[in-house]
Amino acid sequence: MRLTYPTNIKIIRVPCTGKVDLLHILRAFEKGADGVYAVGCMEGDCHYTSGNFRARKRIEQAKNILDAVGVGGQRVEMFNMASSEGPMFAEVAVKMVDEIRALGPNPIKLQKKKAA
Amino acid sequence: MIVADKKPMEEIIEDIKNHDKVLILGCNECVTVCEAGGKKEVGILASALRMYFLNQGKEMKIDEETLERQCDHEYLEEIRNIIDQYDAVVSIACGVGVQFMAEKYHAMPVYPGVNTCFMGATEERGLWTERCQGCGQCILSRTGGICPVSRCAKRVMNGPCGGSSKGMCEINKELVCAWQLIVERLKALDRFDEYEELSPIKDWSTDRAGGPRKVVREDVQP
Amino acid sequence: MKTKTPSRLEKILSAGHMAVTSECGPPRGSDPEAIIKKAELIKDHVDAINITDNQTSVTRMCSLAACIRLKLMGLDPVLQMVTRDRNRIALQSDILGAASFDITNILCLSGDHQSFGDCAQGQNVHDLDSMQLVQTVRHMRDQGKFLGGDDIKRAPQMFVGAAANPFADPFEIRVPRLAKKIKAGAEFIQTQCIYNLDKFEEWMKLVRDRGLHEQVYILAGMTPMKSAGMAKYMKNRVPGMDVPDALVKRLADTPKEKQAEEGLKICIEDIQRLKDVEGVSGFHVMAIEWEEKVPEIVEKSGLYPRPQI
Repeated sequence: MRLTYPTNIKIIRVPCTGKVDLLHILRAFEKGADGVYAVGCMEGDCHYTSGNFRARKRIEQAKNILDAVGVGGQRVEMFNMASSEGPMFAEVAVKMVDEIRALGPNPIKLQKKKAA
Repeated sequence: MIVADKKPMEEIIEDIKNHDKVLILGCNECVTVCEAGGKKEVGILASALRMYFLNQGKEMKIDEETLERQCDHEYLEEIRNIIDQYDAVVSIACGVGVQFMAEKYHAMPVYPGVNTCFMGATEERGLWTERCQGCGQCILSRTGGICPVSRCAKRVMNGPCGGSSKGMCEINKELVCAWQLIVERLKALDRFDEYEELSPIKDWSTDRAGGPRKVVREDVQP
Repeated sequence: MKTKTPSRLEKILSAGHMAVTSECGPPRGSDPEAIIKKAELIKDHVDAINITDNQTSVTRMCSLAACIRLKLMGLDPVLQMVTRDRNRIALQSDILGAASFDITNILCLSGDHQSFGDCAQGQNVHDLDSMQLVQTVRHMRDQGKFLGGDDIKRAPQMFVGAAANPFADPFEIRVPRLAKKIKAGAEFIQTQCIYNLDKFEEWMKLVRDRGLHEQVYILAGMTPMKSAGMAKYMKNRVPGMDVPDALVKRLADTPKEKQAEEGLKICIEDIQRLKDVEGVSGFHVMAIEWEEKVPEIVEKSGLYPRPQI
């Protein structure tokens, strides 16, 4: 569709959001990501039946851990949409980037810089 | 299997905050099955702790290892060559593993990362319930395969007590009454007449009450 | 029937009289006055007085001390002993302590779980269960020996009782359970308080079918309702309690200020009805914190004066 969306998003393609593991999310933040989000099929329409439900549960777990360690659970989110919804994909991308910008950089990144 | 549950991270943080080089050590058996201390949980805990301490401005080396078990000498020996790189270990194996670590590496601080709860079974993923308390004198042949020691809140030997209500225990409406189960089982096995046999007074000397226990098998000892 | 102990309760029952017992809860403190007062209220209307043992797991003065207090007043206590709090050493020890004051009645119970009381974080013991405690007392009395095998100097002479709940689940084992308690050595039974008389009579019929009523004295538990609220509470919140809807309705239809009187009336009616049930040897009137009504209940039920043996 050639819609524009922010360039500071690194897309990692997975066959199903069910493949996204809690560890992947945590390690992303450990390495300095400012935000992580998963985009999966509409609930009830998962191509692999329930992968997107598993992803949502893991996103929730990640939120709890990130809150507990002081990084902030708002930096991780899950969105559901049909694979044909290009405009929504772009909209979500913009929304997420705006929210993360408002939260500021990942505090771990700053600490790492200080230590270096 | 032994069922354990993750300790709140605050407790673990409190234990290791004054160390600089910590090894998170998992176990591939029971705690893996109950999703509390396996390789996955080691990864999650280590990542979370690294982020926490970085955020506190403390550069900590937090490494990850998972052994097959922590209750056998052979497996604990596997970390002999790397243990000196650390000044503390958080073992997320059951209490047995934590203690065996402490015995084996006498001068190395080792902290528990899980609360060890009971011997039990997986009723469904995410739900583990108690089945055995290791009383040392199994009476399951008399009770249709259902244990009154571990599943009755008052461990009555001639139950149920007067508080059994609609098949549930008086202490919790969602806890099934063990003696209700025993009666149903005896009926199913066509052994209901055995219900009236008085259960003898239990010998608790093989239970915890008798002191720390051991099993010796001379026929297999070196 | 020949009596086996010096217990006055046993003598009254074996002589064929209807027995009446009641109960007092010890205070949550060390003032003996509380027990003395309660006992004074009921002493002429009952044959023996049960003293509860940390009932509902709420810590109170121990039953043994309160029983001794009653004994010193010249009254006949029934020592209630739960297995929740004491191991077999303490149980045997307390039995001897009671026997040293010639306390001659004991009721053996498991006890409510400690999570109901004020020390939910405490351990529970349950070294023996209630039936095994019955066996133990009988062993100490009849064989004159400790559980460990040694001889007892001056063995306890106690009339041994157990509790029965005709209304607990599952119903099919309620009579086998009674048979078990008799096999263990129980000589008298005090039942949980009865409101569903039909169900109780059904239980009694099954008891009679097996001849159990001739092997043990059954005292029917009666507790007067103070209000419709109490009836609802007992119906919904107390395990092992069977309160028929008709009873709740009868109280709810009564104006509030007359409900207590109606509750007493119902209790007395029930006792009158159960007196005629074959196998019922007496009544255990539990009027908790309403002990002053016991004399009225006993009198209006035609159970006064008490036989002088």
